Amino acid sequence: MSYNEKIINHFKNPKNYGKMKNPSAVGKLDNKNCGDVMWIYLKIKEDIIEDISFETLGCAVAIANSSLLTTMVKGKTIKEALKIKDKDLIKEFGQVPKVKLHCSFLAVKALKKAINNYYEKGSSSYVGRSR
Amino acid sequence: MKKVYLDYSATTPVDERVFKKMMPFFSQKYGNASSLHSFGQESKLVLEGAREKVADLISASSEEIIFTSSATESNNLALKGLLKKGDHLIISSIEHHCVEETANYLKREGVLVTKLEVDKKGFVKDLQKNIQKNTVLISIIHASNEIGVIQDIEKIGKIAKKNNILFHTDAAQSFGKVPIDVKYIDLLTASSHKIYGPKGAACLYVKKGIKLTPLLHGGGQEQGLRPSTYNISAIVGFGKAAEIAGKEMEKDYNHQVFLRDKIIEEALKIKGCYLNGDNQKRLPNNINLRFSGIEGEALVIKLDLEGIAVSTGSACASAKLEPSSVLLALGLKPHQAHGSLRISLGKYTTEKEIDYFLKILLKSVKELKQISPYK
Repeated sequence: MSYNEKIINHFKNPKNYGKMKNPSAVGKLDNKNCGDVMWIYLKIKEDIIEDISFETLGCAVAIANSSLLTTMVKGKTIKEALKIKDKDLIKEFGQVPKVKLHCSFLAVKALKKAINNYYEKGSSSYVGRSR
Repeated sequence: MKKVYLDYSATTPVDERVFKKMMPFFSQKYGNASSLHSFGQESKLVLEGAREKVADLISASSEEIIFTSSATESNNLALKGLLKKGDHLIISSIEHHCVEETANYLKREGVLVTKLEVDKKGFVKDLQKNIQKNTVLISIIHASNEIGVIQDIEKIGKIAKKNNILFHTDAAQSFGKVPIDVKYIDLLTASSHKIYGPKGAACLYVKKGIKLTPLLHGGGQEQGLRPSTYNISAIVGFGKAAEIAGKEMEKDYNHQVFLRDKIIEEALKIKGCYLNGDNQKRLPNNINLRFSGIEGEALVIKLDLEGIAVSTGSACASAKLEPSSVLLALGLKPHQAHGSLRISLGKYTTEKEIDYFLKILLKSVKELKQISPYK
């Protein structure tokens, strides 16, 4: 399978990876279908995602998506972060092989899980909870 | 960038000596081997020479060799040529797709199919138990293309014989690499491009007296079993490749076993690395590893970025997003199959290449583990 340069760059030099110390929230996604595992760590202050990191067990595209997502989320408000869709990641990459489209969906889902975890832990003001 | 090819089980480069032998058969000696004139007879002569060389390698007689275009075709011919509705076929759960899918097709056509399980090391189990009154054929892969495990075909052949059942083996990966004698085998598939011959040539060994229904109908070539104009250059190449494989088998075997065992020994030092399949009865050129906490496709891509070509049975590398059925048959969990890596060596592989591979493997595994939640 050949991937374009953007995917390869994020895979080769992933941004914001690794376990975070004292995160505000963690989203752990375990995809039963393809076997990928994505963990997203968030540090949130006054609704702003000040820091984000990921740990991913998955294919090159899954890792690239995790990395790209963190760069798109960092510094955003929770509301803004929740607006990010899988198609935004795919658009950013340009060309993604059909069998790998779901990797972007997984990354977005892992982020939502992390944000859910943030609200579950503390604030109850979040109503747009998704599964 | 340095390029290291470690995917010889997928295909091999054509040996220079083979290529040289093939050259005249494109523009100079182009006769149709079925023609009566001198052009045709010249081709016929080399065709039969090639047939003899292929036969020699498995102690068969040349009229028992049917040339085809691929191992896939040979396997199709063996299975479809023998079985009809109501017959029972036994295969293993670690067959190559071209046997498995042919069996699935035959099943839809009313053939009864049993897939034998394998043990943790990859050896077929319970053959005798699964033989039925209407069992016509047992087809078991000789050496697995994925895990390299070599089945005891003599033992299987004896069981088949005792029960008056035909025995076919797909030897695409083992032919020319380890000694094979067809004494207890009724049908055998062999391929050219796995032994430094060209693509587009293969054969099916059919023991004297066995009747097959052809897949194609036409001009009667290959005893009517495989009509088509002879792909003479490819067949000549196949013959030359078989001849070289026979002569140099011991040397190539020892060379590859040395490198194989070096990789296994070094790789198993990595935390969370395991060998899939038996460590003794396996192809001289096959290593199938699995790594916990990382994914095979990512590892393949990482190695590819460093110029190294290997393959994986991970779900992420397949269009269906399913892990290799061969690895699951060993009893591995999907997440274990997920982290698998197949390295297949060739006679041209050098120790220097292996040292480079090991260095990059170590680095790549470390980097992927840093990204992974499971260290």
